[in-house]
Amino acid sequence: MQAAYIARRFGVFLLIVWLAATLNFFLPKISGQDPVRTKLLQQAALGGAVQSGMEEMVKEYNTRFGLDRPLLAQYGSYLYDTAHLDFNYSIANYPRTVRELIIEALPWTVGLLATTTLLSFTIGTLLGALLAWPRSPRWLRTLMPPLWALHAIPFFLFGLILIYLFAFQVQWLPMFGGYSPGAVQGFTWRFVSDVAMHSILPALSIILVSVGGWALAMRGMMVTTMGEDYVVFAEAEGLRATTVFLRYCVRNAILPQTTALALALGQILSGAVLVEVIFGFPGIGALLFQAIQENDQFLIQGIVFTVIVALGLATLVLDIVYPWLDPRISYRKLS
Amino acid sequence: MSRAVLEVRDLRVSYAHPLGVVRAVDGVSFSLAPNERFGLAGESGSGKSTMALAILRMIHPPGHIDGGRVFLDGVELSALDREAMRRLRLAGIALVPQGSMNSLNPVMRIGQQIADALADHGEALSRPVLDARIADLLPTVGLRPDVASMYPHELSGGMKQRACIAIAICLRPRVIIADEPTSALDVVVQRQVMATLARVQRDLGAAVILVGHDMGLMAQFVDRLGIMYAGRLVEVAPIGAIVTAPRHPYTRALVASLPSLEHRGRLQGIPGLAPLLRDLPRGCAFHPRCPIAGERCRQETPALRSLGTDGTVACHAAEATP
Amino acid sequence: MNALRRVMSYTGRNRSLLVGTLLLLALVLFVVIGRMFVDTEDARALSAPSLRPPSWDYPFGTDRQGRDLLAVMVAGTPLTLRIGFIAGFLGVGIGAVLAFTAGFYRGMTDTIIRSVADIGLTVPGLLVLILIAVSIKSSLTVNEMALIVASLAWLNPTRTIRAQVLTLRERGYVELAAMSGMGGLEIIFLELMPNLLPYLAATLVSSVSAAILASIGLEVLGLGPMDAPTLGMTLYWVNFNAAMINGWWWWWVPPIVIIVTVFLGLFFVTMGLDEIANPRLRKST
Repeated sequence: MQAAYIARRFGVFLLIVWLAATLNFFLPKISGQDPVRTKLLQQAALGGAVQSGMEEMVKEYNTRFGLDRPLLAQYGSYLYDTAHLDFNYSIANYPRTVRELIIEALPWTVGLLATTTLLSFTIGTLLGALLAWPRSPRWLRTLMPPLWALHAIPFFLFGLILIYLFAFQVQWLPMFGGYSPGAVQGFTWRFVSDVAMHSILPALSIILVSVGGWALAMRGMMVTTMGEDYVVFAEAEGLRATTVFLRYCVRNAILPQTTALALALGQILSGAVLVEVIFGFPGIGALLFQAIQENDQFLIQGIVFTVIVALGLATLVLDIVYPWLDPRISYRKLS
Repeated sequence: MSRAVLEVRDLRVSYAHPLGVVRAVDGVSFSLAPNERFGLAGESGSGKSTMALAILRMIHPPGHIDGGRVFLDGVELSALDREAMRRLRLAGIALVPQGSMNSLNPVMRIGQQIADALADHGEALSRPVLDARIADLLPTVGLRPDVASMYPHELSGGMKQRACIAIAICLRPRVIIADEPTSALDVVVQRQVMATLARVQRDLGAAVILVGHDMGLMAQFVDRLGIMYAGRLVEVAPIGAIVTAPRHPYTRALVASLPSLEHRGRLQGIPGLAPLLRDLPRGCAFHPRCPIAGERCRQETPALRSLGTDGTVACHAAEATP
Repeated sequence: MNALRRVMSYTGRNRSLLVGTLLLLALVLFVVIGRMFVDTEDARALSAPSLRPPSWDYPFGTDRQGRDLLAVMVAGTPLTLRIGFIAGFLGVGIGAVLAFTAGFYRGMTDTIIRSVADIGLTVPGLLVLILIAVSIKSSLTVNEMALIVASLAWLNPTRTIRAQVLTLRERGYVELAAMSGMGGLEIIFLELMPNLLPYLAATLVSSVSAAILASIGLEVLGLGPMDAPTLGMTLYWVNFNAAMINGWWWWWVPPIVIIVTVFLGLFFVTMGLDEIANPRLRKST
């Protein structure tokens, strides 16, 4: 039962990977432009000298992706390369490969997103649970309207406001980049704290905006759960209020909340991309922005593919953890 | 008659409703002798389930207990603080929930749910002792010991209800309140669950309040029956007397709807609609549906009074009919 | 008259709906009145001296490329709203059709539609939109932009409306209607639709909000319609010119205020509609 469930989830993950690759391959075909030639033309138009080694790349590109070959053959070799995580060279940063650039940027984004998502989900869920609980202190309720209002605003817009307040007006925190210019990278206390200082504002702009949403959703789930028969029976059993709250109400309300988390990951990432852009945080989002500015098709494709696969993986992990949270799930015929 | 285990005096519960206050329980009094099986019957909305929750002091807003006193073995429950009342639930008075409900936590194993109940009543047992206790407990309600490691969705309706009974009796309560324990179960399972309930009641020496609307089931199970109508007790009498010589016209209608004890009838065939609690008529609440209602019934609410037999009845015209 | 009074007394109680509607009305007023006093042609670059702080001539100041920022706001606000409404309506329209099909026919149809929506939601929308925007053309019109955003805007409505249709089915009166000889379409329009209307409205408003968010995201990345003075494009230039650090506050305050007003307005309207669709929440607020 369990194995079939995991196999099915893994199948969905593979399907997502395949879809991402296919999207990457066919979407650019719609416009019919050849990314490398477009880039060359642009550079020629700007009057600059063509980057050294660019001809080499064009030659290699044409033998591998030659537009003279049948579409299906091109698709086949594209899938083959993608499966080996080979996304070709970055057109704008030749001779660096797309893979190198992504590997450099990925830890920044993963670090930022993992921390902010976990924090905001945990804090928001807890807040929402407490809000629905009749015995929690009154002042909690006054906290919520501002958080709900924040929840309606995009991450990056709130980020702009934070930059203005904390980096421009009072200058407590750095406003740009992932670390101070000229800092020596490495696992030293100095560098780590430098990175932490640079991460505070981007992280806050994600956390403060998301918390209200999770709280709102959790409160709704709690209200539903608290009306369930098993909560009434738990009270009739004379269980302690904290037992009823944690093990009967929260424990059950968290199930739909977790499903919502899996579904929200894509949205959170989309928002984080823009946060990285305005903070110049050296993650995937800023790299993507740079790629768009430089019309670096291969880099854009590589990033889109990597992100979709990474999110697919995160969803897969959540899906596999889920039956452990909800013992009913592996018995249902739901996919 | 020996001293009452449970005594309810003039209990009143109301709900705040946008269109006015609803009196769900309006001055109900009764008492329960040790080992007694007492039934509370009435249509849905007659306040019988609210009674069950009110005895346990589990009425939440918009509901409110307006007054009345409840004694368990002479201890007044309404005087207890919140924590003492919590400890008394299950240990003193236990509820067996409605059979149609999912009263077990869907994400927790049965054994764990029993363990929770024990732990929160000060029985912090070591793992082996706890396991042994649960393994002893489950067979008393007709479940295999390995049910402890199962989740509610792995059990049938009857098994779930037995698990609920197991939780209810794990601290050997003095009083068990069973609120329609067999609703939504099929007839065969219904009989088995009732037999289980009867057996554990005998073994524990507990008193039982059976809440329900199935007169047939009542006739088979209880010693004494109270009939509720619109939040009030209208008749209380030994079950034999009620079936053979009902005094209140409403009781009579209920009994008449029972073709025979073999074919259980539900409450049908009573003319008129059950009353809206927030819009009760003046006088006796039953008078619009009553075949023998007189002028006095439209003006004056009848009180429960003894008619010289074992029973009491709240009807102005009770003597007039045999 | 009586009906009007009832509406008034209801909105009096449904504070969220009232606040949201007022915020959106304020924006509409701003645009309508603004149009009377400002020539939206001044929203183009080089129509005013550059980087002037707010003054009598230029109440919102001007940006570095010489756009009159009041004109930009007056011209840009409706553009942003237009993208949101086109994409939102298309999204909910397509989503509702798919959801009703899935919820009504169930079986294989339902499995396919649900799986596609679920898988689509796993994918980060903005990235796919970026890929589409980059692939199609170098410069887009506002309407093309709306269509691109709409291409993913149906996923969420499909999922949520489907869930609602299924709960309605459970209540049994659909079966009753089917037994009394109603056809599929009849049931959908006569039985399901009326019950779902407040819910559909709430979904629509939140889809409009999501579409605006996506379009602003694309614009901030420089993928919007380059020659249209949208709000997101203004923020792109704010970011590009580091207006924040340079102290040109008049450049970024108006677009942020307007965007925040749009999102807050839509959010409150959604909350208010949710309250209508979902009376259980009414008590707990």
